[in-house]
Formats: sequence, structure tokens, C-alpha cells
Amino acid sequence: MGGRDTDIVLLDENGIRCDGRKVNETRKVTIKAGVLKNANGSAYIEFGDNKILVGVYGPRDVHPKHMSDTDTGILRCRYHMAPFSVGERKNPAPSRREVEISKVIKEALEPAVMLKEFPRTAVDVYMEVLQADGGTRCAALTGASVALADAGIPMRDLVAGCAAGKAADAVILDVNNEEDQAGQADLPIGYMPNLKKITLLQLDGVLTPEEYKQCIEIGIDGCNQVYEIQKKALQDKFFATGEKQ
Amino acid sequence: MSGERKRHVIPGEVITSGSYRAEQNTIQVGDNIVSTIVGLSDVHDGSVRVIPLTGGYMPKDDDLVIGKISSHSSLSWTADINSCYVGMLPASDVFGRDYSSSSDDMTAKLAKGDLIAARIVNADMTRDPLITISGRELGKIDSGELVKISPNKVPRLIGKRGSMIQMIESSTNSQVTIGQNGLLVVSSEDPNGLLKAIQAIELIEEQAHVANLTDQVNEMLESKSE
Repeated sequence: MGGRDTDIVLLDENGIRCDGRKVNETRKVTIKAGVLKNANGSAYIEFGDNKILVGVYGPRDVHPKHMSDTDTGILRCRYHMAPFSVGERKNPAPSRREVEISKVIKEALEPAVMLKEFPRTAVDVYMEVLQADGGTRCAALTGASVALADAGIPMRDLVAGCAAGKAADAVILDVNNEEDQAGQADLPIGYMPNLKKITLLQLDGVLTPEEYKQCIEIGIDGCNQVYEIQKKALQDKFFATGEKQ
Repeated sequence: MSGERKRHVIPGEVITSGSYRAEQNTIQVGDNIVSTIVGLSDVHDGSVRVIPLTGGYMPKDDDLVIGKISSHSSLSWTADINSCYVGMLPASDVFGRDYSSSSDDMTAKLAKGDLIAARIVNADMTRDPLITISGRELGKIDSGELVKISPNKVPRLIGKRGSMIQMIESSTNSQVTIGQNGLLVVSSEDPNGLLKAIQAIELIEEQAHVANLTDQVNEMLESKSE
């Protein structure tokens, strides 16, 4: 962070970013729910050039047994990048970064899922990044919440993820890989749109208090846009054929 | 919001607001009643609930379930009841109160892999649900075809006051034992009737969310009987 010197023009004089977007525009997001037959719930999300597959299993027996909780079900998340998801081969063993993202995504989903109804069980969420292009934690979080809803896990709200940030001294929405590498700040946000609550907030880089406020504002706006797509994915799977009863 | 009509809802969606009781699969957030699951909202007599379209089976007291014996200890059998919890069938339920682990052979009565029709006695979630096979229509299942459907579609298969299942049974000349956990046993003297009944059940499973399903199933049952 902190603005590395590169040849790339992050923001041109017309306010257009390196991939042709405006400053307050997200990348194209498509989500499909229920793509895996063997999982209880699943989703495939394309967030710009990010491609992530999410499978949800459970509620099911907890193994190892000592992890189970007699008062509540537990949520376990695994974020993993496939070796072919980035330019240079990534070692498939879990890295520090993947362990961290698994943890923050778990903590971002926990306020939404209601696992008190399933004591002594576990819900496992597996997120597999097939292709990465910056902002995978937000994309994985978004997909995971659709997959959880698809699995029929009771939730207070869906969680939508979208990052805001700063590149070329401008506050931007939905930071892509180039902007993440050469930009000045990245602020991923996880947000429950109906409850209006933030469940994930990280900041890599430096922002002034004013910029921070702007980032939160446009970030939440981005999450609301992503939420509409999540909603559509679930509606397409469950209500597409046939009319209302 | 008019309310009475069923609406498609997803988690977090506000169903209605005002003085309603939040029942199954809903929570109250401030003044609003919010769905927690993907399903059909049902506002009725001042209460709001959501009929789920996805999710597994959660054991409830007095439910009839069909289970498969998965193992046994010296005191009880465990049965897979298509849920995240396993059913516990105490040996005393089969052998009576004077059961002794040294003299009675548990595998002689129920072996691994046997199917049972059981009723849930106690499902308080603090331990695995207790089941019983003593009672009418309960016990070991010796014949019939096992069909698995989504537990959420069981009410649709039964229909209003059993209308749908009665229609299938009478027109295919078969008997269907419905477990609330989504496992069914279909039996019939007539092999064609058996096949037709299974096809009808599969049709209901596929088309559960469609209105006037009864007509569609009736049509299917009649067309094949010619």
C-alpha cells in the first residue's frame, strides 16, 4: 500500500478508471444459487473477474467432537484459493492470508446466521476461489451468504460485501486488483442491508477521516447494489418457474 | 400490506409490520416481522409464518418418521432419520422393561440396515431425539419401495386434510407411509400401481411450488391408467 510507482493510469482526466469504470461503479456481478448437487446449499459468484464457488454443508455432526457446543451450532468457514486462481501458481496449502480471510468471513457471517436452533451441530462453508482479481474476500462473503440461504440456514439478513478504497487520490468503489496493488487504500465492507449493520470492516492503507466517511458511504451503497443481485439469484432459483400459490 | 396472500420471501425481507405474532421462521425487528428463510410467507389471524422451501428435517415431538438402523450399543439402537440428529431407540422399547443386555439379542430384532417406522417421543435438542416403535403403524418395515423427497415438500404431498395422498393411494391402489422426515415407503400388490404412485410423488416433489398441483397430478394419474 501507500501508492507504488507503476506505469498504469489508475484514473484518467475524465474520471475513468483503468478498467473503464466510473469512480462510484461496481464491477459486473452475477450470482447463481444451487450449483452443486452434493452440497446442502451452494452458489457461484462472478464479481468482475473474480470467480468463486461456495458450498455449504450442514447443519451436521461436529467432527472433531470436542468442537461441538451444547448451546448452539457452530459456523466453520474455509476460504481457499485454487493453485490456478492467480498468475503464478499458488501453493494449495492454506497461507496466513487465507487463514485470516476465513476468520473474518466467519465473523462477518456469524451475526446473520441463527445457529441457536441447531445445538451440537456444525455448518461448514467452503469457499473456493477459482480466479482472483482483487476483492475476493467481499465476493466470497457475498457468495457464502447466498449459499447459506440456499441451504435453508435461518438468517436474520443476507450479508453483502463490497470494497471501497482510494486510488490516484480519489475515493473509489469496488477496488480491483490493479487498484489494490498500486492504489492508496482498500476498505472491504460486509453489510446487512435490511438491518443496516456492518459485519466486516477492514482497512489497508491510509485515509483521512473525511475520506473514510466517504468510503463507508459509497461502500454501503455498493453493498446495497450487490444485495439486489443476491436477492435475484435466490428468487431465480426458488421462484422462477410457476406462479405464486 | 394486505397480508392474506402468500408471498415469496428471502432471509431479511420484511413480511409485514404492526401488531403481528412472529411464528415459524420469522423474527421481530423493531416493528417489522422479518423472514429468516427462503419460503412463502403466510399471514393468518394476526400471526406470521414462513413455509420453508429449503432446509433439512428438524425432529419434532410426535412426528412419524422413517429411519434406517445405523448401529446399536448394548442399550439402544441408533437410526438415521434424515436429519442432523440421529434417532435413539432404547432396547427396552422393543424388549419391554425386563430387558437384559446379557440374555436378549438385539440384532435378532433389528439389525443394521433395517427400516423402521417410528414416532419421535422427545426432541428437546439437549440430546439426540428419542424414538419409539411401539404403537399402531409403527415398527419394522418389511416390504415396499423407499422413496426420498425433500422434507419441506411433505405437507404438499399430503395435501389439505390428506387429499393429495388419498387421491394417489386410491387411484394407484397402493399404500404410502409418509415420514415427516421426507422418507416414504410405497407398497402395492400391483407393480404398475406402485410405479405410478412413485411417479406421482416425484411429480409433486418437482412441482411443489406450483399452484393447482392437485389437478396436474390427477391428470397424470388418469392418463396413465388407460
